Amino acid sequence: MIVIFGIFLLTLLVITAIAIVRTDNLFVAVMLMGIASLLIAANFFLLDAADVALTEAAVGAGISTVLFLGALALTSERERSKSSNRLLSFTVVAAAALILIYATFDKPRFGDPEAPAQTHVAPWYLEKTPEYIGIPNVVTAVLGSFRGYDTLGEVFVVFTAGIGVLFLLGGGKPAGTLPPEQENEGLRHHLIPRVVGRVLIPFILLFGLYVQFHGEYGPGGGFQAGAIFAAAIILYALVEGEQRALSVLPESVLLGMMAFGPLLYGAVGIAGIVLGGNFLDYSVLSSDPVKGQQLGILLIEAGVGISVTGVLLAVFHAFAARGR
Amino acid sequence: MATLLDTLSWVLLTLGGISVLIGGIGALRMPDLYTRMHAASVTDSMGAILVLIGIMLQAGWSLATIKLVAILLFLLLTSPTSSNALASAALLAGTRPFAETRQDGKAPE
Repeated sequence: MIVIFGIFLLTLLVITAIAIVRTDNLFVAVMLMGIASLLIAANFFLLDAADVALTEAAVGAGISTVLFLGALALTSERERSKSSNRLLSFTVVAAAALILIYATFDKPRFGDPEAPAQTHVAPWYLEKTPEYIGIPNVVTAVLGSFRGYDTLGEVFVVFTAGIGVLFLLGGGKPAGTLPPEQENEGLRHHLIPRVVGRVLIPFILLFGLYVQFHGEYGPGGGFQAGAIFAAAIILYALVEGEQRALSVLPESVLLGMMAFGPLLYGAVGIAGIVLGGNFLDYSVLSSDPVKGQQLGILLIEAGVGISVTGVLLAVFHAFAARGR
Repeated sequence: MATLLDTLSWVLLTLGGISVLIGGIGALRMPDLYTRMHAASVTDSMGAILVLIGIMLQAGWSLATIKLVAILLFLLLTSPTSSNALASAALLAGTRPFAETRQDGKAPE
């Protein structure tokens, strides 16, 4: 049954992908990309990868659609007429597709117990997580502790990407210089979205906190929670006007958050060295190694969440400032 | 009792599925944006209510039911709001309703 459902979702995904390529209306393409993200998120969930599914739904279907719309507001809605050299691009794409299909022949069968993914390090993680870290969600244990270097790298990638986008989009007029009537008022005159938005925002923030701090027990963690926090503030900016959102979380605070996340993560790692362990070895953070691991994961997840929120909101405001 | 709950749950799930299907057909067949939205949004809310209550009957008194109630409340708040926002945006962008263009004597698009 699950296999049938998975094939159904993947078929829809292929249809959506073809529709994205075929349309020349960029607005439609952005909406279809949101749908594609949601479909692949459902597929991840079918494969029991709830953490990845949550990330894909929050980041792929949620925030990136908003950021794409922000980018579209700066450019035109229609795609420019296609370049003439279609034969070359068709050849390249066809060759790449054939290579990828050829590569799948070597892949283990779906659910094969002898697959490298099941025999390499995964059994060790599953066996040792209760002993070393004592939390139910092995994904969080792997992400935060066993593979802490990789996650540190990811946080720096997010940070670097944020800086890059801010440099590219920089040069928008500062918010205070516009006359008041030109300032973006959001949906303040549209009563229904405004009221419902105001009702929902506290609950979205609460859900973000739940995803952030429940990540050790269920699916969730800093990346997903950061996207959800950013979504709540972006909703506030949309219904109340961007200025109000900027007065809640000013640009300087957002830039500080961007940098604070990786700093906190790195500081936890260095604290491990200072207390006599290795870099990112949380066991030494507390007298009980298991408690130390949990404390370390909590701190680095907080760093991830703060950094992701800061980057996404700073990029959103940069797009909005550019549009003025 | 269990059979009764199962039957009721399946009836609700099937009705919900039919409702969403009707909405989908309406969204494809209706002549303009507003009637399409009407078809899709009304049946979508109805379908969501029926399907979620159907799943609640399957879940029984558990944490899952409370989560489903939260999802239902969220959908009941957001789905009409997004339809309203979409319709206002379309009106603001100058999309005219189908009936109006017919009275003008122009061909409907």
